[in-house]
Amino acid sequence: MKRFTYLLPLAVFLVIAGYFAVGLTLDPKKLPSVLINQEVPEFSLAPIKGSDRGFSSADLKGQVSIVNIFGSWCYACLAEHPVLMRIKEQELVPIYGIDWNEKDPDAGPAWLQKQGNPYSLVGDDPDSKAAIAFGVTGAPETFFIDKRGFIRYKHTGPITVSLWKQTLYPLIEELRKQ
Amino acid sequence: MKNLFVALAVLLACSQAFAVEPSEILDDPVLESRAREISKELRCVVCQNQSIDDSNADLARDMRVLVRDRVRAGDSNQQVLDYMVSRYGDFVLLTPPFKASTYALWLGPGLIGILGIFALVNFYRSRSKLETASGAPSQTVVAGLSEDEQKRYDKLLENDQV
Repeated sequence: MKRFTYLLPLAVFLVIAGYFAVGLTLDPKKLPSVLINQEVPEFSLAPIKGSDRGFSSADLKGQVSIVNIFGSWCYACLAEHPVLMRIKEQELVPIYGIDWNEKDPDAGPAWLQKQGNPYSLVGDDPDSKAAIAFGVTGAPETFFIDKRGFIRYKHTGPITVSLWKQTLYPLIEELRKQ
Repeated sequence: MKNLFVALAVLLACSQAFAVEPSEILDDPVLESRAREISKELRCVVCQNQSIDDSNADLARDMRVLVRDRVRAGDSNQQVLDYMVSRYGDFVLLTPPFKASTYALWLGPGLIGILGIFALVNFYRSRSKLETASGAPSQTVVAGLSEDEQKRYDKLLENDQV
């Protein structure tokens, strides 16, 4: 036993190095959401300019839906936009939009006019009230809501076609069965 | 010379600058100082290594305004912090809470320090023990030698000395 004590510092080093090796491969921008399996936070957002209906937490009850946080200033949102448009065209699931952090109230509506509007309802969130309630750290973020109005999954970053087909749509079908 | 003083005064004034914008500041100085206190405890989730009090990020500003709204509405400091934790998790606190998942974080360094002190004490103790066992403090005892061999070894060392 005594012979191996000189290996102890090496063992300690290997343990610490192991933690670092794992830790350094994690993306610090990807925070685990504490809201998974919790009810959607209560919010009530005004309509964006040019629309007469806003978006509130009550709209999410009774159906499987997704909530997408976007902004006209957000380039990654532009990247996922065609995927959202296809989801709408194929009527796969209703998408609700939170137009987040617009400096100019015309910017969001103009962006949707130009790119197409995939959202069933859009709420205007210029001062991050709903975004903070959802624990949002950046756009785009997408929340998957079950029939009871509980958050079941959160995706950070743009939705790609392959991700939609392999993970996200199967998840929605799963939620519909429950 | 006068210009230099003005420049220095301006520089000093700038070093006091923080991210809080004049329009955000509450009229009540007591509530404002509480809001500042809370803001210093909360991490900006965009920039991650700044508090929302220091950060110029849009989201940090909106969080500061929310903190002020809640303070004005009568929340205690802890209630405001708890609300933020319920949205973002413990990560949003710049001081991690002391609980089962963070014991290693809080106690680890002290524990390693204590182990180090033990190892050090042990090392010096066993060394001085060996020295007293051999009679003369300058002589070393080589483990695994018979009495005869030890005598021969000591003699060799003695002869070696000038």
